[in-house]
Amino acid sequence: MTLLTVTGLHKSFGGVVAARDVTFTVERGEMLAIIGPNGAGKSTVFNMVGGQLKADRGKVLLDGQDITHASPQARFRRGVGRTFQVAQTFLSMSTVENVQMALISARRQSGRLWSPARERHRDGAMELLAKVGMAEAADIPCSALAYGDVKRVELAVALAGAPKLLLMDEPTAGMAPRERAALMDLTASIAASQGIGILFTEHDMDVVFGHAARVLVLLRGQIIAAGSPDEIRRDPQVRRAYLGDDHALERPKGLAPA
Amino acid sequence: MDPSFLAVQALSGLSSASSLFITACGLTIVFGVTRIVNFAHGSLYMIGAYTAATLVPRLLEFSFGPTSFWAGILLSALIVGIIGVIIEVLLLRRIYGAPELFQLLATFGVVLVVQDLVIQIFGPEDILGPRAPGLRAPVEILGRRFPSYELVLIAAGPVVLGLVWLLLRRTRFGVLVRAATQDRDMVASLGVNQAMLFTGTLFLGAFLAGLGGALQIPRVSAHAGMDLSIIAEAFVVTVVGGMGSVPGAFLAALVIGQLQAFGILIFPKSTLVVVFLLMAVVLAIRPYGFFGRAEIVGGTHAIGIASHKPLPGRTYILLVVIAALAAFPLVADAYLLKVATEILIFALFAFSLQLLIGVGGLVSFGHAAFFGLGAYGAALAVKWYGASMETALPLGLALAALGAMLIGAFVVRLSGIYLAMMTLAAAQILYAVAFQWVDVTGGDNGIVGVWPSQWASGPVPYYALTAALTLVTVLLLRRIIDAPFGYALRAARDSEARAEAIGLRIRRHRWLAFMISGAAAGLAGGLYAFSRGSVDPSLLGISTSVDALTMLLLGGIQTVTGPLIGAGVLHFLRDQIMPLTSYWRLVLGLSIIAMVLLFPRGLVGTIRHWQEQRA
Repeated sequence: MTLLTVTGLHKSFGGVVAARDVTFTVERGEMLAIIGPNGAGKSTVFNMVGGQLKADRGKVLLDGQDITHASPQARFRRGVGRTFQVAQTFLSMSTVENVQMALISARRQSGRLWSPARERHRDGAMELLAKVGMAEAADIPCSALAYGDVKRVELAVALAGAPKLLLMDEPTAGMAPRERAALMDLTASIAASQGIGILFTEHDMDVVFGHAARVLVLLRGQIIAAGSPDEIRRDPQVRRAYLGDDHALERPKGLAPA
Repeated sequence: MDPSFLAVQALSGLSSASSLFITACGLTIVFGVTRIVNFAHGSLYMIGAYTAATLVPRLLEFSFGPTSFWAGILLSALIVGIIGVIIEVLLLRRIYGAPELFQLLATFGVVLVVQDLVIQIFGPEDILGPRAPGLRAPVEILGRRFPSYELVLIAAGPVVLGLVWLLLRRTRFGVLVRAATQDRDMVASLGVNQAMLFTGTLFLGAFLAGLGGALQIPRVSAHAGMDLSIIAEAFVVTVVGGMGSVPGAFLAALVIGQLQAFGILIFPKSTLVVVFLLMAVVLAIRPYGFFGRAEIVGGTHAIGIASHKPLPGRTYILLVVIAALAAFPLVADAYLLKVATEILIFALFAFSLQLLIGVGGLVSFGHAAFFGLGAYGAALAVKWYGASMETALPLGLALAALGAMLIGAFVVRLSGIYLAMMTLAAAQILYAVAFQWVDVTGGDNGIVGVWPSQWASGPVPYYALTAALTLVTVLLLRRIIDAPFGYALRAARDSEARAEAIGLRIRRHRWLAFMISGAAAGLAGGLYAFSRGSVDPSLLGISTSVDALTMLLLGGIQTVTGPLIGAGVLHFLRDQIMPLTSYWRLVLGLSIIAMVLLFPRGLVGTIRHWQEQRA
């Protein structure tokens, strides 16, 4: 069964239509990128899939179950994990505690009043941190980490819920170019090994064409093109409407399309 | 009820709506631009009334006539406007970026300072101002006499609304005020002279507060205490109207004026309750008032408790503390024991608030509600059911927890400044109930004869009981802070979006936090009732809430032990300084302001910060 099915999603803010009849699917283990110029509605679509925003119309199905009206909390329980455009972590906690908190919540222990939180699920949290290469920073306060590292911690937090679908809103924004490729390689390998479907938005075309299996192009709230990176690169409408620059869609050097 | 009576009642509702609007309008404009909820707004109103009541008679002596009267009113408002500018330059300018808790406390410090200064300058007597020349004779409306000055007041509200509207729509200053209300950062980045804009806004706000106060002099005498009563009402008006919205304030003032005028017929003794209930209902349906917008949350998560490694020798420290508490009666006399007992009670009270503020980031400005409920619950059980202390204390605790459950159900839907205002309103409702429901609560006199059981009476046994209960409760709360539940509260404080995305049910956790915190505060209240032998409405008052906040601030909200130290220091200072000076409120107010400006980390937090810097 298809992992994520989005049909006819619509949202307007006042008179501005931010998403118009958006329809797409994500399969298990697939990486789908949504691209588009600023204000195209990427984050709006994203937040409707994540539950942060209510859709005016349309449907979101996860594994065939309707989650259109579910809260972010309920979506988390159904297997949706996410990272944010501006990384959201618990800055008053250490790195490992951030992951422990997610594990505590995933096991529905967040109401426990007695035994200390810092002793719960530490091993599991360390494992996840090791996976994203942050094990050495486990006991450093999250507020002291570099931004690129915070993004990786956020990925570990998102993975703590054992998601089927991972939403990543501009996962590499604010990172150095080399870090970007490393984070996306890591994400791709996790997605492939665990069969997690990944939906991400991105401005960096190297990242998009280097990692996405399929690309959706959004313009003024509407999908104007969808297909493999090569198809998108060749699409004249996309070139005209979105990039306006013939060189921007060149195949990135040294990176093969996924 | 005949129609003439209803008409007169509606008219008097309109005139109080006008007065209320003029004052609240200033508050809401200041909030819109500066994002500071200015507690001192009520003080400015009071200064306006005192100034006018002193100034206008002199002017009338000089030349009797309406011109002198109205010139005096405007002059008083201008003077208050200048005082507003002074407050902005000296204080507010320094705290625009501070967490809202600090802003509230600092402006409350100004309230305390002004209370003492007003008595010093204008004397302790109430001052009744002169009646307005030309408006002395009442008019007849449907055969009933109605004061003509009230008619002028009714007109004053819309006139002020019109003038403010013109100012905001037709002047460059007004454009900037509106722009800043929408997006302060954007205005700053456009190269607008922010300092002038904010100072000008404070002048306008203070002028309106002063005008509101000055216009009252023919109706009510200027008296100490009018600051807190008007500020509570002005808060309700701004919150119900939507903070920052002038038309919202006007509409809310109209509704509240009528509600007061007719509410008095249905519930003669509980107009305050009706007004605050309106606020509760409006906020429950529209969390940002009639015309308010969602607050952009952010910047406040930086304060509060952070993770710390457990101290290496904490078991020994605990044993030392227990030993010191146990040995204290051996060296202390009865007076010191009484002081120590009260410090312990307030330490527990402040610590219970720490769970909400330091851990949960929930700035409760009405924590006195739970303290008072605990005290009244215990006292009522003794008075009406002859309960023993052993029964009454748990009953007080249960009443406080129940109150926290009800209040919490409303306020967990809110955030930031709205949450602070709503908790304040809840405490004021309870204060009004305790004050006005004389048959049950004894009203102003409260309830006396609340004494501990035989085995616990006397300084030493009661001290021992208090110490034991405080210690156990504090340890339990610490345990909760370190447990997953405390971490979940901190998670929601640090990042609501992240907390939701990992499945935390934020409202439910916060609701439970209110109940736990309320129950602990209720225990403190019950202990306090039995230590004093009596309860009175002041236990539910704003100043009790502020006491708890001051203790937190003093000790430091980033630390777990802070509130305990803060309670001790504040109580000690009060005991030492209060007998020496008649300016206790001035000293306390200045200390609060100084704490906010100089040691925002509090005592414990500052010491720890020094240690970390050295390491």
